[in-house]
Amino acid sequence: MARTLFDKVWDQHVVKANEDGSTLLYIDRHLVHEVTSPQAFEGLRLTGRKPWRASAAVATPDHNVPTTDRAKGIVDPVSRIQVEALDDNCREFGITEFGMHDVRQGVVHVVGPEQGLTLPGMTVVCGDSHTSTHGAFASIAMGIGTSEVEHVLATQCLIQKKPKRMRISVEGALPKGITGKDVALYIIGIIGTAGGTGYAIEFAGSAIRELSMEGRMSLCNMAIEAGARCGMVAADQVTLDYVKGRPYSPKAGDWDQAVAAWRELHSDANAVFDKEMLLQASDIAPQVSWGTSPEMVLPVTAAVPHLKDARDAVQHEGWQRALEYMGLKEGVKLTDIAVDKVFIGSCTNGRIEDFRAAAEVVKGKRVASNVYLALAVPGSGLVKKQAEAEGLDEVFRAAGFEWREPGCSMCLAMNADRLEPGERCASTSNRNFEGRQGMGGRTHLVSPAMAAAAAIAGHFVDIRDWE
Amino acid sequence: MQAFTTLKGLVAPMDRANVDTDAIIPKQFLKSIKRTGYGPFLFDEWRYEDRGEPGMDCTNRPLKKDFVLNQARYQGAKILLARENFGCGSSREHAPWAILDYGFTCVIAPSFADIFYNNCFKNGILPIVLDDAIVDQLFRESLASEAYALNVDLQAQTVTTPSGASFSFEVDAFRKECLLKGLDDIGLTLIEADAIRAYEDQRRGQAPWLGL
Repeated sequence: MARTLFDKVWDQHVVKANEDGSTLLYIDRHLVHEVTSPQAFEGLRLTGRKPWRASAAVATPDHNVPTTDRAKGIVDPVSRIQVEALDDNCREFGITEFGMHDVRQGVVHVVGPEQGLTLPGMTVVCGDSHTSTHGAFASIAMGIGTSEVEHVLATQCLIQKKPKRMRISVEGALPKGITGKDVALYIIGIIGTAGGTGYAIEFAGSAIRELSMEGRMSLCNMAIEAGARCGMVAADQVTLDYVKGRPYSPKAGDWDQAVAAWRELHSDANAVFDKEMLLQASDIAPQVSWGTSPEMVLPVTAAVPHLKDARDAVQHEGWQRALEYMGLKEGVKLTDIAVDKVFIGSCTNGRIEDFRAAAEVVKGKRVASNVYLALAVPGSGLVKKQAEAEGLDEVFRAAGFEWREPGCSMCLAMNADRLEPGERCASTSNRNFEGRQGMGGRTHLVSPAMAAAAAIAGHFVDIRDWE
Repeated sequence: MQAFTTLKGLVAPMDRANVDTDAIIPKQFLKSIKRTGYGPFLFDEWRYEDRGEPGMDCTNRPLKKDFVLNQARYQGAKILLARENFGCGSSREHAPWAILDYGFTCVIAPSFADIFYNNCFKNGILPIVLDDAIVDQLFRESLASEAYALNVDLQAQTVTTPSGASFSFEVDAFRKECLLKGLDDIGLTLIEADAIRAYEDQRRGQAPWLGL
């Protein structure tokens, strides 16, 4: 019987299918960070349990780490305790950790693929909703809560109910300046933040196949913003080329055997999905979010919506609250919105391709005078090193950006990098919720090139017109 | 985990769609390494005028008076009545921990985000999905009468209003069983230890690169 990509990976990981419809699913890779793990390790201690397979887990601190001089340690004592707790827990339970001073440290969803810890056909979990990122490698990758972090540590399994399958196909060539991020925002703008609830989404079509692994990761990263259990892309030569030669990738004879298995990681021609959607790449313009939910997003050529155009009372109320919180008036052109801060980084857009794209835009230019902080925060120590080898750090500094140490930084502002009340930010991150980047802060989600252009111009601009 | 069987509780209506977990418990409180103590910071930015910080004494913080949980009539509420897509966004289990620590053990909404919904069951909180029209009715009734309480019966899978109207809801058999008995599902999974080992043995041969 023809199967979807999701079914193939799922079937391969069923330990036991229970009569009540739940499945005991085996987990190949468990990524761990400091925020959602301490209570799970504490649970193991309280029950006297040991990790089932400690080598399946790899940890790195990312949410709380400072992006300025690491040698000074973490100033905030509460953050410091949490990062130290991760160090202690990994030591106690025999889990590999890329600590704060390790060049391999970084945002966990950048580090996993970079190290070859994420491989095609795996089941990957992490106590973080953006675990969906790893689905770019044709893996089933799901965000879980802390109780499930403990469950996976103790049993290497999760009790799961199989989600429904949805395929979103984007056909045709992506226009110039359109990235995986724009595709993600465009899709969320159409299906909404609950559009994917209960589904595993496979992103398919020629436009998706054209994307680099970085672009596919940005896209799958934001599957959770559509409410999906996970996002996936079929494995192809682009996937194999990315995975080959990474520290934890299969070597020698194993590699050929793995590749033979990975070649099967696509939906069969006649596979049936619970839901299908077809989109045209040529319809996608650079996206800018205007409100307080990722679905409140528009092409950069548009204007802030009028309340009278809301489709129902719920949307009307949501828009009204968003306009008030964002300090925006109906009908204002997005390109007339000025920004105070710019953030380039995060698990969505903290990879080398993202910094190359942003650097190309800012090269030889200066950050606008009304922008008083422009941050470039690499997703990992190795992304930072690579960017510096290419001279990108100098390009950013010369333009007036701050070039920082790797971490989650101002995506969620758990460390010192944050917006103050009323500040407006062009951000390459993934959430524009109220208070996400700091209490009262106003976030506009964009691609790296769009954020870079907003930093130089001082307001949003259409990257397709950039000189 | 505390078992959930039946509950008669005051209802607090939160009339807002797409409530995300960043709003339920803002990021600065995620620095705690404990499972408890989040209740005073539940909905912190909507509830207080000032910026909350971990460890703060909340008793004298300035309140946003209009916020539902700050109104006298909703003090002691055990059931949170919410709108569609409740709990979207971040996977932080601190969100259900905060809800539980505040005193809610049941959330009723037309729909929930997946991860939040799942996290509730791990903490003795029953998330109930009811049709939009029924949720609308519950909102109207709870706003219209003070001390509006609902009866929730997990075994029977029913929600009953003060006037005696009863609505049934769906819940997975496995989750229901765990919640009714307050079971630790790690213990349940470990009963299958032999099956997990057998799976690993078989998989090791198929996919040696996984390092099982």
